[in-house]
Amino acid sequence: MTRGVTIEHVSFGYGATAVLEDVSLDVAQGEFFAFLGPSGSGKTTLLRLIAGFGTPSRGRILIGERDVTGLPPWSRSAGMVFQSYALWPHMTVAKNVAFGLERRKLPRADIARRVAAALDLVGLSAYADRRPAQLSGGQQQRVALARTIVIEPEVLLLDEPLSNLDAKLRVEMRSELKSLQRKLGLTAIYVTHDQEEANAIADRIAVLDQGRIQQIGAPTELYDHPANRFVATFLGTANLIEGRIANGRFVGDNFQLDGVGGPDGPACISFRPQDIALGSAASGTAATVTAREFLGSVVRYELAMSNQRITVDVPHRRDSEPHAVDALVGLIVDPKQMTVLR
Amino acid sequence: MADIAVARGPTRTPFLARYNASAAQALALVAVALFLLAFMVVPLIRVIMVAFADPGGGFSLVHFGDFFRTSLLREAFWNSIYVAAMTVVVASLIAVPLATILARFRFRGAALIHTLGVVPLVMPPFVGAVAMQLIYGRNGAINLLLMDWFGFRIPFMEGLNGVIFVEALHYFPFILLNLSASLSNIDSAMEESAQNLGARGFTLFSRIVFPLALPGYVAGAALVFVKVFDDLATPLLLNVNAMLAPQAYLKITTVGLADPMGYVISVIMIGCSLGAMALSALVLRGRDFATSQRGGGGLSRRRLGKWGTAGAAAFVTLALAISLSPHIGIFLLSLATVWSFAVLPDAYTMAHYVTIYREAGPLIGNTILYCGLAGLIDVVLGATLAYVVLRTRLPGRKLVEQVAMAAVAIPGLVLGIGLLRTYYDVKLPFSGESLATFWFMLVIAYAIRRLPYALSAATAAIQQLHISLEEAAENLGARKLSVLSRIVVPLMTGGLLAGFVTSFATAAVELSATLLLVARAPDAPLSYGIYVYMQSAAGRGPGAALGVVAVVVVAIATYIAFKIAERERGLKSRELF
Repeated sequence: MTRGVTIEHVSFGYGATAVLEDVSLDVAQGEFFAFLGPSGSGKTTLLRLIAGFGTPSRGRILIGERDVTGLPPWSRSAGMVFQSYALWPHMTVAKNVAFGLERRKLPRADIARRVAAALDLVGLSAYADRRPAQLSGGQQQRVALARTIVIEPEVLLLDEPLSNLDAKLRVEMRSELKSLQRKLGLTAIYVTHDQEEANAIADRIAVLDQGRIQQIGAPTELYDHPANRFVATFLGTANLIEGRIANGRFVGDNFQLDGVGGPDGPACISFRPQDIALGSAASGTAATVTAREFLGSVVRYELAMSNQRITVDVPHRRDSEPHAVDALVGLIVDPKQMTVLR
Repeated sequence: MADIAVARGPTRTPFLARYNASAAQALALVAVALFLLAFMVVPLIRVIMVAFADPGGGFSLVHFGDFFRTSLLREAFWNSIYVAAMTVVVASLIAVPLATILARFRFRGAALIHTLGVVPLVMPPFVGAVAMQLIYGRNGAINLLLMDWFGFRIPFMEGLNGVIFVEALHYFPFILLNLSASLSNIDSAMEESAQNLGARGFTLFSRIVFPLALPGYVAGAALVFVKVFDDLATPLLLNVNAMLAPQAYLKITTVGLADPMGYVISVIMIGCSLGAMALSALVLRGRDFATSQRGGGGLSRRRLGKWGTAGAAAFVTLALAISLSPHIGIFLLSLATVWSFAVLPDAYTMAHYVTIYREAGPLIGNTILYCGLAGLIDVVLGATLAYVVLRTRLPGRKLVEQVAMAAVAIPGLVLGIGLLRTYYDVKLPFSGESLATFWFMLVIAYAIRRLPYALSAATAAIQQLHISLEEAAENLGARKLSVLSRIVVPLMTGGLLAGFVTSFATAAVELSATLLLVARAPDAPLSYGIYVYMQSAAGRGPGAALGVVAVVVVAIATYIAFKIAERERGLKSRELF
């Protein structure tokens, strides 16, 4: 029976180094959730705490309604797929998959049936008697997945499961993983440092940095409404302009914007490269083109506006004339596309 | 979940969980520690205490004063240092060129050199010593021929020369193996990037190759020094008594356990062993690069020119011939009716093998029993200790590991003296026999001295075992014991088996502690039997036949260990990580 996961004020550290600080979040039953962050952000540590590898120094972890905080790993039902797959090289594929069921003392016939079903689910029925070393990376990944879902875990934990695959296989496996999760209705938590992967696969994402949750939300919400500078720059490219707000007006070096709400004080506005348009120098705030890259669907300009560097993507139309390097252009800004960060 | 007023108290982990350990693991560590304490640390302390005690029981250096005032003992001290150092020199003269040829050049004899690396080790030096007397001695085959043809002799085997020659031939593989390992760990890209930046010739060698190869050489050389320093049987058999180990042995066996001089010599021997180890550790500090590189693959190999090939081939052939000569000699001796003042035996017979077939059954049986048990103890202790060290954070685990590894530096003779001193007055129930001379004490002495091998093998095996393999099992519901029996032990089998065979094979030819601890002929193992036979002229034939048996046993065991290790490497190279 699949269940949600609740993390309440969890802190964790090794000696004096704090790895996680006051982390709280809820994963709904059947939700595909991702922990996204750079290396060292604590995302894998948090996943391992849910699995029972380590005990939080503070706070609790619940799977469904049950407090599992002090339980050893083998008393939980939080199936984990390891980054290295951790397939046991001395056992066949079928033996690997049967291991968890044997620990649960199921009747032998039951085990055989469920192992066969799990291998069928990941398309590896023909490989049951092979050793892990005789399989390709993608196949090993599937065995690891089958080994975990065969015990019907309350929650499926995935620790960068695709990081050892090549780029093409990664995209394939990602959509397979998603459809498998939908089909089985599993609660899944997925750890990754790849924002594109997280956006593609997750219903909701928790962005972590330096052991703290920076923001939790659906991928589009994080992208369109980042809560802080870190989230804005970690998910995609963002232009950040530092300045201050006074009387509903944002003032930066050589850049001013009306119609900005909020109290007065230092602030930063953030916008995506595609959320700004370029016109003639007279049509908006003036800037100089310093570099230009043609990327196919868009032309990416690097602009200089006094000390400020700004990246702008302009959709490319057939035979349209790009702005030249060193040309003076005007930035046409729509306040609705701007995010104000404090 | 709206109410988030949850417990925010301090950690609730119980005592052992803080060290990431279970009660069973803590208990296992204590058991290993107690074993080492009882049979290694306490006996050593007893030896040291006697050496530093005055007749009244207080602290005193008077015995050390006596030691250095006695001219025989002063001579023994310098002789021991001289022999160990010269052995390193002679062994280097053989091993360094061989390792260089192997690492630098494309050479068809490479397989031969690899064989050279193990052939000497399968023959205990005290067995080879007798054969080498017959071949290189004053009236041995070589000198008889030299005398006939050229009218002079070379004193290969005179006095200390003999010990140096025998030991160097036996121990040069330690330098060869360590140096070769170092050289093959050097990535050819290291050398190429230096060449790319303009280094060549001597600069390339002195700045890149030499510093990277040094750790292996020093480790091998230190090992040779220590091994030679504590070898008792070779000097005894060659009748060289003016060295430390024979002096200690003679004091204890002729004057008695109460004579303090044996203990003083023991302390000096430990001091020298530790000194050599410390010196090599000092040289190696911060220089052990081998583990920081992956793959390696060795330096780029050049093809040798015509003269180079001839020179290399001549050197390898000569080295092979000399290192095989003890084997050939002992084989001939085992078949000889009489072999004295002659280049070759007078006639051949199978009588010696018939003799040992009738007489030596118990010797071989004892060796298999003692060394099998010792190997078993080592594997269990080594695996337990390695697991606790690598997988828990129990306090004191590193200390226990270091104590276990320190057994390398403890001469067998010293351990034997310590065990005798500590347990001589402990009587066994029922029989009333002294615990020190009970046969099981030999097993314990072997186990203590071979524990470092088994411990390193187990440590290596566990280090290759990615911890996620164990975590995955726990994650799927396996408890600690089930993880051990289903995952850890099966995956370590190869490494543990190799550790067992190594312990077994090296214990089978150990003689230092054996000479001290064997009290009754029926308890004697093979190595003791060979020694006793070799003492008399009439016993040399059967002794040689027994030696051949020992060499065959050790060779088979070594081959098995090698095959297991090779298969393990094969599995690992198809490993998932």
